Amino acid sequence: MRLAFILGEIGSGLRRNLSMVVSVVLVTFISLTFVGAAGMLQMQINQMKGYWYDKVQVAVFLCVDTSTAASCASGPVTDEQRAEIEATLTSPAVEQYVDTYLYESQEDALGHFRDQFANSPIVDSVTADQLPESFRISLVDPQKYEVINEIFSSLPGVEVVVDQREILEKVFNVMNIASLVAVGIAVIMIVCAILLIATTIRLSAFSRRRETGIMRLVGASKAVIQLPFVLEGVIAAVVGALLASVTLWAVAHFFIGDWLASQYPDTAFISSNTMLVIGPALVLLGAVLAGISSLLTLRRYLKV
Amino acid sequence: MIRFDTVTKIYDQNSRPALDRISLEIDRGDFAFLVGSSGSGKSTFIRLVLKEDRATRGAVYVAGQNVANIPSWRVPKLRRGIGVVFQDFRLLPNKTVFANVAFAMQVIGRSRAVIRETVPEVLKTVGLEGKDHRMPHELSGGEQQRVAIARAVVNKPGILLADEPTGNLDPTTSLGIMKVLDRINQNGTTVVMATHDNVIVNEMRKRVIELRDGVLVRDQAEGIYLGEPEEAK
Repeated sequence: MRLAFILGEIGSGLRRNLSMVVSVVLVTFISLTFVGAAGMLQMQINQMKGYWYDKVQVAVFLCVDTSTAASCASGPVTDEQRAEIEATLTSPAVEQYVDTYLYESQEDALGHFRDQFANSPIVDSVTADQLPESFRISLVDPQKYEVINEIFSSLPGVEVVVDQREILEKVFNVMNIASLVAVGIAVIMIVCAILLIATTIRLSAFSRRRETGIMRLVGASKAVIQLPFVLEGVIAAVVGALLASVTLWAVAHFFIGDWLASQYPDTAFISSNTMLVIGPALVLLGAVLAGISSLLTLRRYLKV
Repeated sequence: MIRFDTVTKIYDQNSRPALDRISLEIDRGDFAFLVGSSGSGKSTFIRLVLKEDRATRGAVYVAGQNVANIPSWRVPKLRRGIGVVFQDFRLLPNKTVFANVAFAMQVIGRSRAVIRETVPEVLKTVGLEGKDHRMPHELSGGEQQRVAIARAVVNKPGILLADEPTGNLDPTTSLGIMKVLDRINQNGTTVVMATHDNVIVNEMRKRVIELRDGVLVRDQAEGIYLGEPEEAK
């Protein structure tokens, strides 16, 4: 009975304040879309980093059957060449620059590749023998990449030496700035949303002061009096959060999944499944923000 | 049922107290008039009983409990034991008579079955049989006040506080309201009615507690009220 009563109160409150409720929905929608976009950018960065990014700076790729580089003219890397390269890595001249190094076999490479490109159709067509073996080197001083490049590029069996950080870091910088901007806009919009929710609740409490006055007199508990107002704010915010989630899912699915992925098949993209994490987080964030802001407002404007 | 122990209430340090060292006791089942002109402290008395305000000094006991010691989360429970009626009825204009009375039961979580059974009973007690589905604006002032009384007593409180319940009504209608209040009192509810209507007080011959400028000047069983001093001359 009390539940039905509270639901009825919420319904009448939402109807009475429809225009304010719509504005709360829209503001939370926009603000949480920016929050979610920032989240997706960060997840995209993680996706692109792949297995090695945080561990090493330099990759020395060895020749495979399909290598086209001039240094691989003599065919795939032989066991002697591989041993020679590893010996160079541990030689006193090189050792001073190397912090640690790891060897990645073709099987390992396939495993890491599958993880990173899990969302791409390309993953099924790649086999282990297409992927080069490599030595992954972590440098004592990352700036000394040129030294390593000079030493190893000329060794037989080495296809190419790559400083992966150099390439990706520029992209990541752009993406990090973009997510900072998104978070900045989101913060401003969230402040707007909180103030708007507070105003809406205040208006709602004022237009129903007759009811709440009577409820107080006949001894309704604080929860019964306040809950309809709090839930009004929460419902509006959750609707906004759901709209934001749907929008971001559509972006992930149609823009990233269908269009970007086909334009840049060699880049690992996040899938629309990331919304399974971001969506609920946005809904929770919206609900918590609205709940806190309406409780604080009620403390001031609704005497119990 | 209600006991004031040297209660003083000061709203504003610079003016005289709204209530000045009031001590009195109203027993279970009593019917007491609280009389005095506007500003004599009648409404303050009612607010203190409801714990809408705190006494500046002294203690207010309701049903044996010092209201100052009731934690805020227990205040709703205190108020469930007290029905209140006002001069301006305070009905919900967009709800029917039945819904207005039922509202008081809904908000404290009574079941639909209990509400459907109790509300018509109470409406009968206040003389509004068959008017369940009228809207407040379709009723006369006296009938609206009856709805308000029904709402105040539907949860069977031990105390009914009435703050000038006949203030907006003509003498004949007022008498009808007094009969209703008397009937409720007969059923065992303690009734405290603030008024400055001397005709009613003199008609009823109940206990009269007179306040003047916040001071208790008279507490008389089966008393009369001569009205405000200026009028009495």
